[in-house]
Amino acid sequence: MDLRYTPAEQEFRHHLRSWLAGVLPSLPPKPRPDDWAGRRSYDTRWQRLLFEAGYAGVDWPVEGGGRGSSPVEQLIFKEELERAHAPYVGVNFVGLLHAGPTIIAEGTPEQRRRYLPPILRGDEVWCQGFSEPDAGSDLASLRTRARRDGDEYVVTGSKIWTSHAEVADHCELLVRTGDEGSRHRGITWLILPMDLPGVDIRPLTTIGGSTEFAELFLDEVRVPVANRVGEENDGWRVTMVTLSFERGTAFVGDLLEAVELLATTVSIAQRTGAWGDPGVRRQVGHLRAELDALWALTKRNVSQAARTGVPGIGGTVFKLAYTETRQRLGELSLSLLGRAGLAADDLELLDGSGPLPCETVVDDWFRGISLTIAAGTSQIQRNIVGERILGLPKEPVAPAAGNR
Amino acid sequence: MDFELSEAQTDLAAGVRRLCEGRFPLEAVRRAEGADQVVDRATWRALSDAGVFALCLPEDAGGAGLGLAEAAVVFEELGRSLLAGPLVATHLAAGLIDGADDGSTVVGLVERPDPPPTAPDGGSPVPVLVEHLADLDVLLVLSELGISAVDPSSLDATRLRRPMDPLTPVWSLASLPSGAPVAGPEVAKWWLRDGAVLTAALQLGAAAWSTDLAVAYAKQRVQFGRPIGAFQAVKHLCADMAVRTEVARAAVHAAAVTVDQPDVGDSMVAAAGAKLLADEAALANGRSCIQVHGGMGFTWDVPAHLAYKRARVLAGQFGTAESLAESLADSLAESLDGEHPG
Ligand SMILES: Cc1cc2nc3c(=O)[nH]c(=O)nc-3n(C[C@H](O)[C@H](O)[C@H](O)COP(=O)(O)OP(=O)(O)OC[C@H]3O[C@@H](n4cnc5c(N)ncnc54)[C@H](O)[C@@H]3O)c2cc1C
Repeated sequence: MDLRYTPAEQEFRHHLRSWLAGVLPSLPPKPRPDDWAGRRSYDTRWQRLLFEAGYAGVDWPVEGGGRGSSPVEQLIFKEELERAHAPYVGVNFVGLLHAGPTIIAEGTPEQRRRYLPPILRGDEVWCQGFSEPDAGSDLASLRTRARRDGDEYVVTGSKIWTSHAEVADHCELLVRTGDEGSRHRGITWLILPMDLPGVDIRPLTTIGGSTEFAELFLDEVRVPVANRVGEENDGWRVTMVTLSFERGTAFVGDLLEAVELLATTVSIAQRTGAWGDPGVRRQVGHLRAELDALWALTKRNVSQAARTGVPGIGGTVFKLAYTETRQRLGELSLSLLGRAGLAADDLELLDGSGPLPCETVVDDWFRGISLTIAAGTSQIQRNIVGERILGLPKEPVAPAAGNR
Repeated sequence: MDFELSEAQTDLAAGVRRLCEGRFPLEAVRRAEGADQVVDRATWRALSDAGVFALCLPEDAGGAGLGLAEAAVVFEELGRSLLAGPLVATHLAAGLIDGADDGSTVVGLVERPDPPPTAPDGGSPVPVLVEHLADLDVLLVLSELGISAVDPSSLDATRLRRPMDPLTPVWSLASLPSGAPVAGPEVAKWWLRDGAVLTAALQLGAAAWSTDLAVAYAKQRVQFGRPIGAFQAVKHLCADMAVRTEVARAAVHAAAVTVDQPDVGDSMVAAAGAKLLADEAALANGRSCIQVHGGMGFTWDVPAHLAYKRARVLAGQFGTAESLAESLADSLAESLDGEHPG
């Protein structure tokens, strides 16, 4: 066990740090969360800057046009970006972390040439169309149908919770090509251009009042067969390739953001007088221990990925622990705001010491709630830990409609 | 940066586990339940031969010259074995007290409360309790001011009839003499830190042991026609046990490595965090293990209660949940003050 960085790793950090120090001051102000056009251009412009500096796709293999950095460098990359308050990956998330890596692993040479460079350059934005109204945790029961018609698939059905759908150029779409009861054996992975006729996007409003995600209605949408990634009915395996892409660094930015929120929480407690309460200090101290431990666990997972080349099951353990810690942090900071938390408006204090950061705290509390739902609920993660790590008996699988 | 265990560390852990399973299986450990003395001198020597006590002593002082990271790995295995006795104190005392390193001297430790009991300025009226007194050759008294040695046989001590942990007998002292100074505040400070890390490692082992016992039972016990581990209410209890253990293990290992590699972080903070989370994992897992066993878990025979009780004992040494959490908060506030002066 060695927590010291090698000279090469330190050099990577120093280069990155000095590049960030030069480039960040030139960025325009961040757009408001509900200004989607502004968010798209802000996020993609940042991606373009990364591309020009050679930092696009640090975690992509060189064959895919990425930098091919080691897992430890990926960790350093995310750590430095977060510490410097660089823009978050934002609307580029699906392209960089899901669709791109899938196409690298499973796409044809033409698909790679067509789709990968625009992701790295920030020219094109992707969204993920996996979940459906009737297929969430049980994704393998999805029903959006794709019927083969010559060299096209005719797709009909609906998707839900599609993040960034409104600003996306393409969607990684899971469709049913097998018969009704075929579950994971009858799924195909398609590239859906979002401007095709028959694609209807209806934004959904989150509990925070923003439109982070949308519903997709697909009505006889004609997708070229050339847009299929992998074989027909092999889309489940293709998807799993994507899911195993991240190397234990998925939550690095998030975790460091939580460390900062804890500092904000201390300052709120100090300014409102709650810091004198040992109960509050103990909660803060406990959260600090948890965040430090999760940072250590991240390093462990990254080290394991560096050795084995695949992310271990540690990611599941991390997500379970982190998301619940994060929610407790959100609860504490909101409760410390007291009645100032009745609105997400920064509130001027009467002592002239400036505003309380109510917007940050309230928005974070909202977002925290989604963390134990999105990307596999905590209940599903517990099933995974119980079954795959501890070897407990499996959940019953729902008999799908029809024969199996 | 490579935060995986090295091959040597993995081998060390495996060696200690083999030693414990072979020489001190739980049935053997349990034979001392309720006794005044639970330290078997032959066991102690075997531990010493395996390097448990002299692990961190420099080689020229007859030790193995290893770091706290290795010690943490070893102590996790000792924790898993539920072996009783003042393991941490004797390890810390190697090099300071003659015979601690070779297992011929059993060294105990008690933290001097501050202010002392019944002090005129309103110290606690609760007397000082000492664990394992009848086994001890030397009792060390630890406070931030330093360490002093007391002759255990000189104490006016009352054996308490019903100790929480049947393998940790406890005495109450009429008074705690100041003893002969053996080390100053500098040494005391690192004892408090390393003691926290090693005790956390013991807790980690207990937490992992409870998880294994619960999972094994959940696979084997059948109700409603299925192994109870198929029910989510049970499966999720077990999953939470595993998650707590993994998070605590990362914290304990990071704390130990931070002691060995001081430039990677603040070892005091890392030690406090590790102890806090390992205590919690051991307590919560001990509790869940009993619950998973149903009525069997409430019996003396099923050993589920032993880890839970041990966790309670260790949770009171080298910092409590309250004191650790507050010290973490205070040092965080201090570091933030430093960042934004004024
Ligand atoms: C902010 C956000 C962004 C998202 N972005 C996307 C996106 O871009 N693309 C996309 O495809 N999807 C996206 N999702 C969808 C997300 O993956 C699903 O919400 C998630 O998988 C849960 O599915 P569900 O909502 O249908 O809930 P359900 O599966 O209906 O679950 C409802 C409840 O039942 C529990 N439950 C279900 N099955 C079991 C079981 N076997 N055992 C125990 N409990 C169970 C769940 O834990 C949950 O508490 C997003 C979700 C959120 C919140």
